[in-house]
Amino acid sequence: MKILVPLKRVADPDNANKIKVVGGKLETTGLEWKPNPFDEYAVETALRLTENGANTKARLGEVVVVTVGPKDAESTLRAMLAMGADRAVRIDAGDLDVDGDVVARALAALVAQEKPDLVVAGKQAVDGDSNQVPQLLAEQLGWPQATFAGMIKSEGDTALLVNREIDGGTMNVRVTLPAVVSVDLRIVAPKSVSSIHTAAEHTYSEGPRFAALMAIMAAKKKPMVEMPLAELVPNTFAKIDYVGFEAPPARKAGEKVANTAELVSKLRTEAKAL
Amino acid sequence: MATKILVVAEIADALIKKSTLSAVAFARHTSLPYAMLLLGPGAKAASAEATAFGATDVFTCEDAALVAPLAEVLAPTIAAVAKDKGFDVVVFTASSFGKDIAPRVAAKLGAGYAPDISSVTAEGASLTYKRPVYAGNAYAVCKLVSDIQVVSVRQAEFAPAEASGGQSQVSDVVAAPIDAAAARVQFVDLETAKSDRPDLGEAKVIVSGGRALKEQFSAVLDPLANKLGAAIGASRAACDAGYASPELQVGQTGRVVAPKLYLAIGISGAIQHIAGMKNSKTIVAINKDGDAPIFQIADYGLVADLFNAVPELVSELNK
Repeated sequence: MKILVPLKRVADPDNANKIKVVGGKLETTGLEWKPNPFDEYAVETALRLTENGANTKARLGEVVVVTVGPKDAESTLRAMLAMGADRAVRIDAGDLDVDGDVVARALAALVAQEKPDLVVAGKQAVDGDSNQVPQLLAEQLGWPQATFAGMIKSEGDTALLVNREIDGGTMNVRVTLPAVVSVDLRIVAPKSVSSIHTAAEHTYSEGPRFAALMAIMAAKKKPMVEMPLAELVPNTFAKIDYVGFEAPPARKAGEKVANTAELVSKLRTEAKAL
Repeated sequence: MATKILVVAEIADALIKKSTLSAVAFARHTSLPYAMLLLGPGAKAASAEATAFGATDVFTCEDAALVAPLAEVLAPTIAAVAKDKGFDVVVFTASSFGKDIAPRVAAKLGAGYAPDISSVTAEGASLTYKRPVYAGNAYAVCKLVSDIQVVSVRQAEFAPAEASGGQSQVSDVVAAPIDAAAARVQFVDLETAKSDRPDLGEAKVIVSGGRALKEQFSAVLDPLANKLGAAIGASRAACDAGYASPELQVGQTGRVVAPKLYLAIGISGAIQHIAGMKNSKTIVAINKDGDAPIFQIADYGLVADLFNAVPELVSELNK
């Protein structure tokens, strides 16, 4: 199975509270670029779908990673190659020059060239939190989509049984390939993904795999190609116009109470919350 | 330019889901005329209730092809109704249903999409949206520059519309032809957690637990939630560790909630969790660690061992 994984770099999400709004603009100064966590999970998912679990060095298929970003976003792609992806494509554009619609149309054009059996993506990037590119891409391609996947079981690499996380529970759907899958947090649990090669008793470690030093060295030699955005999408006009940014209203710390009796009394009489 | 709005309803058990009323509230904020679209099994029965919410029209379609609540199945009909009847804004509530379908409809219509907005300002026919980004650490102000606009609204930020007693025109619409994508997806089944508790998106009180509760997550929180008629939520850490099921997760990437009262029990307050609950009216934090970040946003903080404090709180509430 050939899998394409689109990914994005984001300003360090664990320090997002250091983001400032100055003069209507966002300042992310001092925040390190990190791969969007859900996209890292998507790479882990693609790797699990193309191996038997026991031998993670033998790639039983191909995993291609792609990002839309500037030259130094290549380090994010290299990190994914070190995890185990086979090759990378960088579609050249500024981090802020594109909206989800342009990204989806660029990816659709790349899919037409690469012809993967499956696109696996993170359900949302944790900077813009838009939760849109996988769905937009699926519609651009006319492919089915299984969003918010918590578990995936490959059925002969012609269909996937996907357990989707929805409000109040989960939903099982079966998609016939080629398809787009967007992954949720639970996808990196030990038994969430099984390929046609995975032994029933195989159990992964929780979370995305770490790259060994040897793999990091080897990733430097893996193929990486650059493509101009305009080659894929002639019209790069964004449909969403970000007029400006505002700081959120501050919430002040309240008071500490001494015991549960005081808490209940304050909730009843002061906050009138009970 | 926006002139009329199509509100896409979500239906369960032949009733409009309460989440839909947040999308209706959005439409009312704009002062533009709006219609509602009810698709799938139970749409006709649900239309009786829908007519009381001030929509000009309530459109229904119970075509057998629309039986599964899937984006590939419903998007073609939603897009066709919007286009054929001249709607230039299509709005969903950003539930898992809306988040799944809205982008697909936008792509079908060549429309711009403003996801998960927290407010709307209308200057005549020009709509400006505000949406939280970077885990709510900034708000983006944006406009869509396409002929048709697709929007999803954050349920916690748009209080559900009340019935206004109007009488909408009810009519049937035809389903669009099934497209290739819909033919390649099969709805298998739903596994919904059977619970007598309110839904997290609708609860007035939420009792939320963190990893500190360990295997005693339910044993400790259930009596408190029962006493308060509350929904139960959880931090990501508690879900990841398997102490709570994933659909309970409150936060940036789980459910975003704003109840009247939110009790954070053994939750340290990672920014991703705070992003999902900081707009609650009153926040209570119970945590052993007095320096936990959750205390910086809590109205009332109790520094205590939760295994003692929670049972004590229950007996105090019983007094």
